[in-house]
Amino acid sequence: MYSFDIERPTSVADAVAALGADEALALGGGQTLIPTLKQRLASPSKLVSLSGIAEMKGVSQDGNTLRIGGGTTHASVAREAGAFPALAALAGNIGDPAVRNRGTIGGSLANNDPSACYPAAALGAGAMIVTDRREIAADDYFQGMFATALEEGEIITAVTFPIPAKAAYMKFEQPASRFALVGVFVSQGDAGVRVAVTGASEGGVFRWSAAEEALSGNFSADAISGLSLPADDMIADLHGTAAYRAHLVSVMTRRAVAAAG
Amino acid sequence: MPKDHGIGASSKRREDVRFLTGAGNYTDDINVHGQAYVHFLRSDAAHGTISNLDTSEAARMPGVVRIFTGADFEGVGGLPCGWQVTDRHGEVMKEPAHPVLAQGKVRHVGEIIAAVVADTLEQARDAAEAIVVDIDELPAVVDMKAALEEGATRVHDDLADNLCYDWGFVEENKGAVEEAIANAAHVTTLELVNNRLVANPMEPRVAVGDFERGTGNSTLYTTSQNPHVIRLLMGAFVLGIPEHKLRVVAPDVGGGFGTKIFHYAEEAFCTFAAKALNRAVKWTSTRSEAFMSDAHGRDHVTRIELALDADNNFVAVRTETLANMGAYLSTFAPSVPTWLHGTLMAGNYKTPNIYVNVKAVFTNTVPVDAYRGAGRPEATFQLERVIDKAARELGVDPVELRRQNFITEFPYATPVAVEYDTGDYHATMDKMLELLDRDGFAARRKESEAKGKLRGLGINCFIEACGIAPSNLVGQLGARAGLYESATVRVNATGGLVVMTGSHSHGQGHETSFPQVISEMIGIPEDQVEIVHGDTANTPMGMGTYGSRSLAVGGSAMVRAAEKIINKTKKIAAHLLEAAEADIELKDGTFSVAGTDKSVAWGDVCLAAYVPHNYPLEDIEPGLEETAFYDPSNFTYPAGAYACEVEVDPETGHVSIERFISADDFGNVVNPMIVEGQVHGGIAQGIGQALLENCVYDENGQLVSASYMDYAMPRADDLPHMASYTVDHSCQTPCTHNPLGVKGCGEAGAIGSPPTVINAILDALHSGGHKVDHIDMPATPARVWAAINGQ
Repeated sequence: MYSFDIERPTSVADAVAALGADEALALGGGQTLIPTLKQRLASPSKLVSLSGIAEMKGVSQDGNTLRIGGGTTHASVAREAGAFPALAALAGNIGDPAVRNRGTIGGSLANNDPSACYPAAALGAGAMIVTDRREIAADDYFQGMFATALEEGEIITAVTFPIPAKAAYMKFEQPASRFALVGVFVSQGDAGVRVAVTGASEGGVFRWSAAEEALSGNFSADAISGLSLPADDMIADLHGTAAYRAHLVSVMTRRAVAAAG
Repeated sequence: MPKDHGIGASSKRREDVRFLTGAGNYTDDINVHGQAYVHFLRSDAAHGTISNLDTSEAARMPGVVRIFTGADFEGVGGLPCGWQVTDRHGEVMKEPAHPVLAQGKVRHVGEIIAAVVADTLEQARDAAEAIVVDIDELPAVVDMKAALEEGATRVHDDLADNLCYDWGFVEENKGAVEEAIANAAHVTTLELVNNRLVANPMEPRVAVGDFERGTGNSTLYTTSQNPHVIRLLMGAFVLGIPEHKLRVVAPDVGGGFGTKIFHYAEEAFCTFAAKALNRAVKWTSTRSEAFMSDAHGRDHVTRIELALDADNNFVAVRTETLANMGAYLSTFAPSVPTWLHGTLMAGNYKTPNIYVNVKAVFTNTVPVDAYRGAGRPEATFQLERVIDKAARELGVDPVELRRQNFITEFPYATPVAVEYDTGDYHATMDKMLELLDRDGFAARRKESEAKGKLRGLGINCFIEACGIAPSNLVGQLGARAGLYESATVRVNATGGLVVMTGSHSHGQGHETSFPQVISEMIGIPEDQVEIVHGDTANTPMGMGTYGSRSLAVGGSAMVRAAEKIINKTKKIAAHLLEAAEADIELKDGTFSVAGTDKSVAWGDVCLAAYVPHNYPLEDIEPGLEETAFYDPSNFTYPAGAYACEVEVDPETGHVSIERFISADDFGNVVNPMIVEGQVHGGIAQGIGQALLENCVYDENGQLVSASYMDYAMPRADDLPHMASYTVDHSCQTPCTHNPLGVKGCGEAGAIGSPPTVINAILDALHSGGHKVDHIDMPATPARVWAAINGQ
């Protein structure tokens, strides 16, 4: 990697200030950024590590809302988000133990990899992305592959999830990376039914509105048995054609609904 | 009671203590005082002419010692090929120059354009980015069929076309095979691909070149399976360093799987640069570099025909294969699709007429060479797949179809030039079926179906030629080296001994199993025996480890050397005991005179050899050190019967291996635990090939599966749970021609398992009414789903 400066602020305010420098980048768990640096594909002047900020860590519950600090690792969410079992299970099945003990929810959502799991949970549960300066609804946050509503230097300090009555995440793994070839998060709660799909689309995570409509009246796998998505915007690569991904979206959605009960 | 030491005991692997506690000494652990680091600037184009290469600015960067380009290697030899195939027209293969650094042209992504040597690795990388290189790209030759078409772009301008050789085997059989096929009652035909693989040993390659100004001696530390072979090839053919001025050390090596047999450009470079700079030069491959510079494996496209008579007897096999050589000939590349492949096409069957045609093709891809099994998995896959297809077409039991065609009398001379010395294919089939509980399969299938899954049973047989190889035979076949093995047994004055072997252990456990043999022969504890390997300075000339040869060939050399030691110690013991040599017996480390209570301990005899005060100096020399070279008189022929049960999720195409059973005949077994580990590992790699691994180039010659994000290695959860994963080696027909009666077990799993898995998947699909004839490996979920849905 190229040489860079590193800062380890202990407060969000200090982190925001540090990120004001030219070509500074925030470093969460480093699961994407560190390999990128090692391959010399990025050359930030400064890294601002968020891992020393205590106020960005941990899981807490306030009524029907689960709040997860942006710097909370996947392993912590898997352990501590028992009030939202589908979310805990999702976190516990990201990558491998090394990834789960370093990677953070804020880092994952800020990166918005089109095959990552957390974007499906955030969009599929109607989460709110809390930053150092505002709150952004998940529906407004995701803006395509690796694109989000975040401004330069904006830090995800927390994510709040309304705890749904029913929810499940089904991931069909890409055989090599074990990222989602297709992952579907479904939930039924106060805000109705939401179905979010990751891994499949050229446009990144998206809501499958036709399935949401069909499930709103009848939250059962049968309600969507004949439903399919067009393959037009699906990703095609050596792990699967667009048609295969479109097919898997249907299968994984049905399975997620069945699992959510 | 299982034995607790000696041959047949599951002695714990002594080397694992250092490996598991971080005390191993791998090449990357070796740092020479004052060493510099090299970073290789590699081509990102598959094919092109280097029109501009300007290193002047880069050379002025901080820490840069020197930048080397192809111009620095103009007078240096190219990387040699160790095997010359003669084709069916009597012509020798085309053998293009294989430069250490690109000479004006690049022919695959990853080829080295320049080498930057600097004080630190980061400085070398920084400077490499400042090198100006312009490549005028040429069309990439990727697809083998297209490569052979008239007017195709040539990978090598100085060659007439991209055909390396057109090999026919046995050419004289061709007419008889054609006639048998024409007159057959039934012919089953199958076209298939044997997928290209990247070996991916856990330890990437490393090379450290060193030069000692005071003596003029060069040393190369390298991740090699055969340091003597590297010394010979690099010294004699590339750099012109005589072997007595060149030492090659391969210390602990973290897995080889074939890809660390070959002599690579990076080894020659580091040795060359160390001498040129009078300073050690180190290179450690990144994983990304490994994908584009380690020799790949397999990559065959094949059409096979199996002809049967009206009674379902095999009457002929004909096979045509395109074999990818990549851009250059790697060290043993030409031998893999020919002599390691064509000679196995009889399999376990008494097919009278066999003809094999192989066209080896140059493409703009990384060179392809031996990978675990090397040629034999390709032979087994096509033969066993076409047999399974024939059984389905004929409506006969795939087990019975195989049984009725088994070879049952030994020795058996096949129509493809080899003679099987021994075997019992019904015995391994019986054992496999016993472990399988075939009668219970229907119930297991019902259980799977209740879960919405399709369950399939695949069975498979295989044979391999191991214990490579009789030198005079392989010499006739085109080998440019002998394939004997060597050992020196040095007994110390206090009775402990050291075996210096030309075999190299990089996971096989020689340091444990070789002492078991010595312990058995002499009757001393295993921990009195130390194995030294991997250093040309302190081991006799050896050919290294590959082709499941170490125990069969290297172990035999050790036995021969130990026999010389035992003969000598008996003479000494006879002198000490004042008895006739013929009356001396050696048992449990004690020499005794038959029929008396007179005895002398092993250690006392050894001491007498080094403190020869009371010693027959007029008859024998003092000291106890003997060397033997062993050249096998034949290959060994391990064989087995495998079974696999899979569940296929018809909605997603996902395949899970529910059970795997192997019944192998390895002849005698020295360490059952190590053998089982080898088979487990081999099957894991075979399952990897069958379900997961695929090295893919796009039409521009770019390597698409260039990292673990896209190249799927098998992981623990891709394999069946250990309780459903049975490896058996109780069927033992000892090899008839080596002193241990051993056959070799390293490659069996990787050879026997891929067709087993694919046969099982097809059985599952047929049970669901999906009439699929074949699925190419890897049978990924996407491919299985597409096959189910006719896409």
